[in-house]
Formats: sequence, structure tokens, C-alpha cells
Amino acid sequence: MPGNTHPYEPVFLYSQYILDIDQECYHYVYLDLPRTLIDMVSRTHVSYEVKDDVAVVRMNDPNSKVNTISIQMQNEMTEVMNELWANDAVKSAVLISSKPGCFIAGADINMIQACSSAEEVTKLSQEGQKMFELVEKSPKPIVAAINGSCLGGGLEFAIACQYRIATKSKKTVLGTPEVMLGLLPGAGGTQRLPKMVGLPNAFDMMLTGRNIRADKAKKMGLVHHLVDPLGPGLKSPEQRTMDYLEEVAIQFAKGIVDKKIPLQKDKGMMQKIQDYVMSFEFVRNQIYKTVHGKVMKQSKGLYPAPLKIIECVKTGVEQGPTAGYLAESQNFGQLAMTAESSALIGLYHGQVACKKNRFGSPAKEVKTLAILGAGLMGAGIAQVTVDKGVRTILKDTTVQGLARGEEQVYKGLNDKTKKKSITSFERDSILSNLCGQLDYKGFEKVDMVIEAVFEDIKIKHAVLKEVEAVVSPHCIFASNTSALPIKDIAAASKRPDKVIGMHYFSPVDKMQLLEIITTDQTSKDTTASAVAVGLKQGKVIIVVGDGPGFYTTRCLAPVLVEAVRVLQEGADPKKLDSLTTSFGFPVGAATLVDEVGIDVAVHVAEDLGKAFGSRFGGGNVDVLKTMVELGFKGRKSGKGWYVYEPGRKIKEVNPEIGEILENYRMKANPAVSSDSDVQYRLISRFVNEAVLCLQEGILNGPLEGDIGAVFGLGFPPCLGGPFRFLDSFGADKLVAKMQQFEAVYGNQFSPCQLLLDHAKDSSKKFHK
Amino acid sequence: MASMLLNSVRRCPVSTSWAVRLGTRALGTTAPLQAQLQTKSKKTLARPGVKNIVLVEGVRTPFLLSGTTYANLMPHDLARAALQGLLNKTSLPKDAVDYIIYGIVIQEVKTSNVAREAALGAGFSDKIPAHTVTMACISSNQAMTSAVGLIAAGQCDAVVAGGAEFMSDVPIRHSRKMRKTMLALNRAKTLGQKLSLIGSIRMSHLSPELPAVAEFSTAETMGHSADRLAAAFGVSRLEQDEFALRSHTLAKKAQDDGLLEDVITFKVPGRDIVSKDNGIRPSSMEQMAKLKPAFVKPHGTVTAANSSFLTDGASAVLIMSEEKALAMGYKPKAYLRDFVYVSQDPKDQLLLGPTYSTPKVLERAGLSMSDIDVFEFHEAFAGQIMANLKAMDSDWFGQTYMGRKAKVGTPPMDKFNLWGGSLSLGHPFGATGCRLVTTVAHRLKKEGGQYGLVAACAAGGQGHAMVIEAYPQ
Repeated sequence: MPGNTHPYEPVFLYSQYILDIDQECYHYVYLDLPRTLIDMVSRTHVSYEVKDDVAVVRMNDPNSKVNTISIQMQNEMTEVMNELWANDAVKSAVLISSKPGCFIAGADINMIQACSSAEEVTKLSQEGQKMFELVEKSPKPIVAAINGSCLGGGLEFAIACQYRIATKSKKTVLGTPEVMLGLLPGAGGTQRLPKMVGLPNAFDMMLTGRNIRADKAKKMGLVHHLVDPLGPGLKSPEQRTMDYLEEVAIQFAKGIVDKKIPLQKDKGMMQKIQDYVMSFEFVRNQIYKTVHGKVMKQSKGLYPAPLKIIECVKTGVEQGPTAGYLAESQNFGQLAMTAESSALIGLYHGQVACKKNRFGSPAKEVKTLAILGAGLMGAGIAQVTVDKGVRTILKDTTVQGLARGEEQVYKGLNDKTKKKSITSFERDSILSNLCGQLDYKGFEKVDMVIEAVFEDIKIKHAVLKEVEAVVSPHCIFASNTSALPIKDIAAASKRPDKVIGMHYFSPVDKMQLLEIITTDQTSKDTTASAVAVGLKQGKVIIVVGDGPGFYTTRCLAPVLVEAVRVLQEGADPKKLDSLTTSFGFPVGAATLVDEVGIDVAVHVAEDLGKAFGSRFGGGNVDVLKTMVELGFKGRKSGKGWYVYEPGRKIKEVNPEIGEILENYRMKANPAVSSDSDVQYRLISRFVNEAVLCLQEGILNGPLEGDIGAVFGLGFPPCLGGPFRFLDSFGADKLVAKMQQFEAVYGNQFSPCQLLLDHAKDSSKKFHK
Repeated sequence: MASMLLNSVRRCPVSTSWAVRLGTRALGTTAPLQAQLQTKSKKTLARPGVKNIVLVEGVRTPFLLSGTTYANLMPHDLARAALQGLLNKTSLPKDAVDYIIYGIVIQEVKTSNVAREAALGAGFSDKIPAHTVTMACISSNQAMTSAVGLIAAGQCDAVVAGGAEFMSDVPIRHSRKMRKTMLALNRAKTLGQKLSLIGSIRMSHLSPELPAVAEFSTAETMGHSADRLAAAFGVSRLEQDEFALRSHTLAKKAQDDGLLEDVITFKVPGRDIVSKDNGIRPSSMEQMAKLKPAFVKPHGTVTAANSSFLTDGASAVLIMSEEKALAMGYKPKAYLRDFVYVSQDPKDQLLLGPTYSTPKVLERAGLSMSDIDVFEFHEAFAGQIMANLKAMDSDWFGQTYMGRKAKVGTPPMDKFNLWGGSLSLGHPFGATGCRLVTTVAHRLKKEGGQYGLVAACAAGGQGHAMVIEAYPQ
């Protein structure tokens, strides 16, 4: 069920999926010459050979690290299947990939994007449905042998086969991630999955798009049998595991033909009870209703794909397969044409781009990393570093601080142990890379230092000097600051070419973004090294220029100030939150300030206010200051805009806030205070600042701007980021709104030049 | 550690106390006393400045399937029986050894230093210190090499080493929750506190913790790992069954021909006298083919018939410096020469110890595979032996995983485990090492060879090998 209550969930889910797709099949490309020679016809993607009476069908896209369902693959597969069905020497078939890390990673996105109308996409979907129907009705049993990612169209292919065997490898994941691209499983997935794993599991898979590990898939009934991955033998572990999987699959294929292996497992008692319960229409209707409600609550109705998925499943179950398949293909076509889908697909491409190091490989790999400050941030950075095999020193100034930080790292890893994604032994062995200390012992061997100390330029200068006194000349000094300009920090350095900013987002182990900040003096090698470390930590990386607030904080600050103004004008924090979440932000503005910390917000607002002047005005920062004085520092102090009590899910507004706001009450101007106006006041300040960052060269391009906004700040993923939002919404329309606000509030809403240029000429787009 | 000791001894042989010993016993330390009587032309492995250390005698109790005649004993009873057997066979005065070391894997909590309990019970002088070592299936190898280290370092002249394992009874513990409650109960002062603790016991407290032959680091059982290892090296079920049948057949023949002279008779308290291993059961290929895989189901290849079985048994050896043995009037059986310990990935290479240790020990000894006349490899699983043989025969594996220029090479089967092995004789984890070494000594004598090689794998991804040289006839 899409029932996870974490505020960042949509972003997480989305990004997690991309990471898997991108990395899964990365390392394993090899050519399969002898086998292709066996192939008589000049096929490039699909080949087969007959072993005894079993046809082993191998998929291998020669132009890519992963297999995708492309037109070419589809055509060749149909050809091969027809040959097998016509060949009397073949009694059964094994479907396997030649790429050890990937079965099929999904349908070819470009194939869908090349279509210009819903009808075209519907036709693609119907062709896929037809092919898999033939597979499902195959008179000769087909065994899908799965190692590596089996996602989207790949999973739909696999579940059309008669039998599925998967390796128990960590790389083997099954899932239907289409929803994260604003689509639905369009080749029979919405029809077959509910029958295979039951309604609740099918909805869970299709609505969250999450990856399912092999052992879970076996429990769910998604695969029939598991095979253990092998270690080194007479071949590499990867290759031998593939061969072994094939050998086992052939055994099973023969067993199925000989009726020694049943296709249907005897249902357990629980399964029988569940089936019985599900046979009642009102039970099913209750499920549709609950799921629909949950989707609406989570997505605020901003994402059409999940609703269409529910519709397709319902149609199939209640009205039969003909109606179901038709609904699936038509909805698939419609979804492919939505702005939401292209926004999400844009993010997918952007994320792939931001997982590459455009600065080349650094001269020296970072093998030992030191982190100064074992607070939330420092410990979070340590957590994502130790588990990559990098020796990590975590330094703090007090024993209590250090103990808290080390405990945070331990807890993070131990949670993974509880979820069984790592064993307790792996946890311990990972932790052996972590060294907590109070002094600078061993810093001469450190390749990079990331400081996460208090946001005060004097303290930053002090630690920089301390570090430079003990480290070796090649060591890089990175500052995890959210607002202080890096060049100001570097001013105290003897070697400013080695100073760089690495801005992480909290919680570090969950938030995907890393914003790297370079000054004019930062060397290219330093940048390359910082990016390399970030990529190793699993981050999506944007590299931006130096300046107050860089990119992300600079976009966020005006929104926060505006939010304070909205509150001063009489809106209650809950109202503010609902306005922002209903626009698509995963977290409401008031909650976000609580998460960031009221004290941090004060810092940011004051620093950037000084740097940018009246443009960063709006609400009165004194409101926040008063809150800090009263100890309301946000979630970490238990009180902020809301009251946080451990164990309580529903949070209440802090009752003491009313009085503070009353003291700073501002009169709302009804001309710009409708719900929609408030939303656009918030979003337009965000977007304008983002465009200004591009105009001033802080941003390298709109793509990084979109990725930074979505993955770092929770900009609505359905809008694809500020730049894609401008392209689809229309710069002119936004400028018109801004000018209306400008008339009331002044230059805080003055559109920047680049935005005006785009407003004037509607053919100008940020994304091609 | 012991090998490090040996090394250091080699490098700096001249220390004052050593000089005295060397001076007084120069003959014994520089060359075998009766080298001129050597029948073969091969060189001896004696080195100047290195003490000759000899195996005087080796015995073992019959190895029995667990749950059979030994079922009501305790581990130290078996160790005691082996020690008494050694005393009987050698007529060794009960205060003539300097130290006793035993190896064991599954420890009985009551006798955690099983060496000491067994030694006292066997009638050894209570002035002889004893300690227990554990290193999975090479525990008694570790006991023996520790003894070698003590003698080489001049600390001792005569040491008894051995190993025992008792699988008929293993410590099954209360759950952690229950243990915690029971310990708290100990400390509870008032009746009320006690009652409330007793009241907190739930059904889940009562489920016991069973020991498993599984790796702690990977949670994988050894049989499962063996099955994956066999698959990785493409070892077929047929090959495994054939090797297992060979082991049983050879063991049966050795037993019938009276070659297993290390086996002592043992009057089991309350039961009969046992004098024979009871796990040797040569079957037919057809019978073996009927068995279902025991670990990886249904497509695995490791079955109960091609795996070593749970065994009770104990072994003991008497190790001395050559001059001490001769001074006491013993005729040693063999020289214990170079040995190595290796370790590797406990997941995917758990049982490849022999592949790694064999070339290493041969290099140390300056020998090649063809110099070895007698091979005794520990047979944990037929699939494990076959996988090791294939690994040793693979240039790719040697180059990729062992950093060698070419393959290790395989031992010829006509010299390999000719009197059966762990698959057929049984495998009491802690006791097998001494059996291997004693068997090599006996086979060298019987077959007239000069060099023997022992190799074994062990849980934790560790391994061991030792070169043994025949004592001149």
C-alpha cells in the first residue's frame, strides 16, 4: 500500500528507482560471439540455441548496458518465438539475458517519447499485450530465468511466461516502476499482476513502483524458484552464475514438460482464505476505495498515473480481460501524453546525467575521509561513506557529541540489518571503517576533510587553519555549509585551490542531492574529486557557482520569508502546509521550516537578506527570532510551528505561536491573498530566484536547476522542476502573476531579465 | 603463530641457551640420525639450526556415527579414552610429557578446557598443564602445530596433542530472552520481584537456540556452501557420488586389511567394547543416486551420501623432539616438517583451503607435487574435494584468485586418500587432523614413501597443510 507516512516519500521512491536502473547493469557487458554464430538469421538482439529439446532464448542488446523492450527486440523476439513454436524438436524454452546484471530493465523510454499522439502509444501498448498474450498461451512452456533487474516491461514479459526462476543475488530486483515515470504497466501488467499476487500486493507494486528483492518475490508468488548466486569457480562469479541459472532453468523446463514440476503450487490456508474473501464484490470495492483514498491523500490528485492504474485493475477484475486490456492500452496512451509524465521522464534523464562526473577522474582517489563535527549532518555523511569501503574519521570536540554521532551511524546501519538488506556481520565490518576521535590523530593520511561544524565563519576559519596545519598537501578541504560563501571560507586558506563546498541535505542517508560549490580558485581536480566522492556516496550531484546561498538555499530563502509573511497575514501553519502540499510539494512550508530548524532559517534569512537586500524581504525575521528565543527551534527541540512528541503521529500546531504571530500581525491584501495567489506567491519567488541563478551563471544549466530543486528542496516532481514548470506553464503567465504581486509588495516579485525574455518570446524554452 | 615461531627460530638459531643445546645434541639437530639408511634417494628436509620434531605415536578411538554407542558419554570421556589409548600404546610414564593440547569445535560448557579435564581423568600427572584450542575442522591440526611450536621454541620436549568431538549431545541454549530473565531472577531479592519476572515469561521465551553447522559471518550452512562451491566448479552429482563411493570402498578395504592400526579398542562405560569405525558403508551408485539433495533443493548435488556425517570420536598423538624420543628409547614414526595456515573468503571460497595451502606448504618445503608420495586430504564433502581438485587444475583460477603464473596441479589419485577419508571413516570435527597426520605416517611406512602431505579446509574459510617426512627405517 502507498501507506508510508514519510513526508519525502514521493521523492525517495522516485529517486531510488532511478538509482537502481542506472547502476544495476553498469559493469557487465560482454560479447557473446560463439553463440551469435549459432544464430542462422542475422538477428542482433535475440538469439537461441536448442539444448536437447529445450530452446535457450538469449536477449542481448548490443548497443546498451541494459536490455530494453524496443521495437527491434520485440520484432526479433516474435520471430524467434514463431520459429520455436514451429520447431518440433523444441518442447520447451528458457528465456534468459546474456547480460549478467540485467534481465530486462524496462521498455525503451525513447520508443514512447518518439510518439506524438496517444493513439500511437496505445498501439505500442497493444502490440506488447498481443506478444505477451501469445507467450502466455504458448503450447510449449517458457521458463524465465532472471538475474539482475527485471523491471517494467521486463517483468510483464516474465509474468507472461509459464514459470519464473530468479537468482537470489542482490542485483536481482523485480518491479513495475512505470508509475514513477507517470505511466502504467502497459503490456498486460495491470491485468496479470492482480491474478498472480493478489489485489493488495499488485496495488502495492504498481502504485509505489518499488523494487522487490528475489526472496520477497518468491514469498509473494511472483517467482516460483530461487537459485543461489555462485562464487568463483572455473569462470568469473557473474558468468558462472548465469550459466548455472541456465542449467537449472533447463532442468526445470524439462521437468515441466515431463509433468514432474507442477506449474501451480498448492495454495496455503491463508491464500485460500484470502481468495475467498476477495470473491466478494463489496470487499473488492472496499479495497479500491481505500487505495483510491490513500493515493488521493498522498498525491493530492496531482499525479494521474496511480488513479489510472487503479482504474485499469478494477476494469480488468470486474469487467473481464477484454475490457481490462483495452482500458490498459488506452490509459497508457493518454498518460504518455501528460505533462506530468514528461516532467517525470525529464527528471529521470536529468538524474542519469547528474550521476556522471563531467570533470573527469581525479588524480588521487579519496581512500580516507575525515568529517569534522559529529552532528546530524556529520554523522549522516559518515554513514553514507563508511558503507562504501572508505575509511572514515569522524571527529568531534566533545565525547557526548561523538558518542551521539557514532550511535547515529550504528543505528542507520542496524536499521538496514533489521530490514535484512545487510547482515549483522556486514554491519560490523562496515563499522570497522569508522574511527571516532576527538583529536587530529592520523589526519596526515586523510585525502579529504569535510567539515560540518557550526555555521559561523569564525569557527569555519578556525577549523580550516587547524586542519591545514596537520594534513598533507594533497588533502582537499570541503565545507558542508548551507549558506556561507565558499570564497569567504577559503579566504583563511593557504591553498584555496583545494577548498570546495559540499552541501548535503538532511537526513543525509535519505536525501539524494549533493550540491557542490566551486569558487574561481577551486581547481578542476578538486572538483572532480568532490564529485567522485559524492557519486561513491550514491548522490545525485549538481555543481554550482559560489555566492550567498549558492543555488538551493538561495531559492529556498525567499519562499521561507514569504511563508512567514503568509503566516503573519493570518494563515495558520496547517493552512500554509496544505496550500504548499496541494501544489505538489512533498512537505508543507511550515513543516519544512521545522525540519530545517528555525534557528537555521534565521541564519539563512539574515545572511541572504544582507547579501541581496530588499528582494529577500517579506515576512519579518523577528518572528523566527522570537521563536528561537523561546526555544522553539523546530523538530529537533520538540517545538516549532508544531509540537513534536515521540510516538505521536498527528502533530498539533504549537499553541504558543498564536501570540507571537499576533504581535507581528500584518494585514492581508485581499487582491493577492486567495489560496491560489498565496501558492503562486510562494512558487514564483522560488522560480524567479532559480532563473536568476541561471542568468548569473551560478547554475550550469536548467537541467541541474531542476534536479537540485526537486531532489534537494522537494519542488513538485510532477512539475519537473522550476525550469520545466516554466516551459509547460508559460513564462508569460507567471510573469503576469508576478507583476500583480509586485504592485502590492514591490521588488520581491520583480521578474528577472531572463524570465522576462522567456515571457516575451514564447518559443524560448529552457528544455529542448 | 607456530609457523611464525619456527620462522624466527630459523632466522636466528644462535642464542645462548640454544647454543648449549645445539652443542650437546648436535647430531640430532643437524641431520636425521640414521640418514645413511634412507632407502630412497630423495633429500631429507632437515635444515641446519632447525630442530627435528617427530611423531612418536598416534591413536584414535573408533569414529562412530553420532547417537550410537557413545551417545551417553561426554566429550572429555572420548578425549580421555584416546589419551589412555596413547598411554597404553606407548607405555609413556604419566609424568613424561611437558604439555597437553586438545582441539575441539562444539564446546561442552562444563568442560570448556576439555584438554585439562581429559588429562586428569586419563591419569596424567596433575602437574602437566593443558589447554584447548579451536579452529573448526583443523582444531587438532592447530593442537599439533602448537605442540611443534613449543618444542621448536625450546619450551617443551614432549607434548601430547589431540582432538575430540562429540555430536551426540550439543549445547542447546535457552533463548536470549529467557536467559536474561533467568539471570535477572538470580538477582531478584523479594518474592514480588521474582513473581513478576516469572510472570513475564511468554511462549516466545521458551523456544531454544539450536547450534547449526553454519558460518556466523554469512549465516550459510556448510552443506549449502559446499553445494554452491561444487556448482561453481561444475562438479556433477555423478562425480561426487563416485568419489564418495571410492572413499567408502577404500576405507572398507583398509579396515578389512587391518591397516587402520591407529584405532584403539574402547570399553564404553555401560556399553560394549568398540574397536571399529561404524560409518563405513560402501553402497552402489544406484542406491546413492536415489537420494535427494540435502541442502539446495531440488536442484542441488550435495546429498547425505556424498557428505561426511556427524561423528563422535577423539584422537591423540605424541610429539617429541627427535633427541628426546631417541633418548626415551622410542622409534619415531615420522618427522613433522613445514606447515601453513591459510584463509580466504568465508562465503564463496569457504572450503577451498587445500587449494590455497598445498602450493604454499610445498614452496616452503622446497618440494613439488611430484615429490609427494602420500596425500591425505580432509574430505568434508565429495563436492568440496572435487571442487578443490578442479581449482588446482585450473590455470584461470590460479592466475585470477591465487596470483600464480599457472595452476597448482593436482595430486595423482593413486596416492590420494587410499585408506578412505572423512566421508567414510567419519569426521569428528576436532579430531580429524590427528587422524590425517597419523595416517600419513602409517601409509609412508606401509607404502615405502618419503614425503606425505596433509591438507584440510575449515569453517571460517580457513585451511591448513603440513609436510610429513618418513622416519628412516
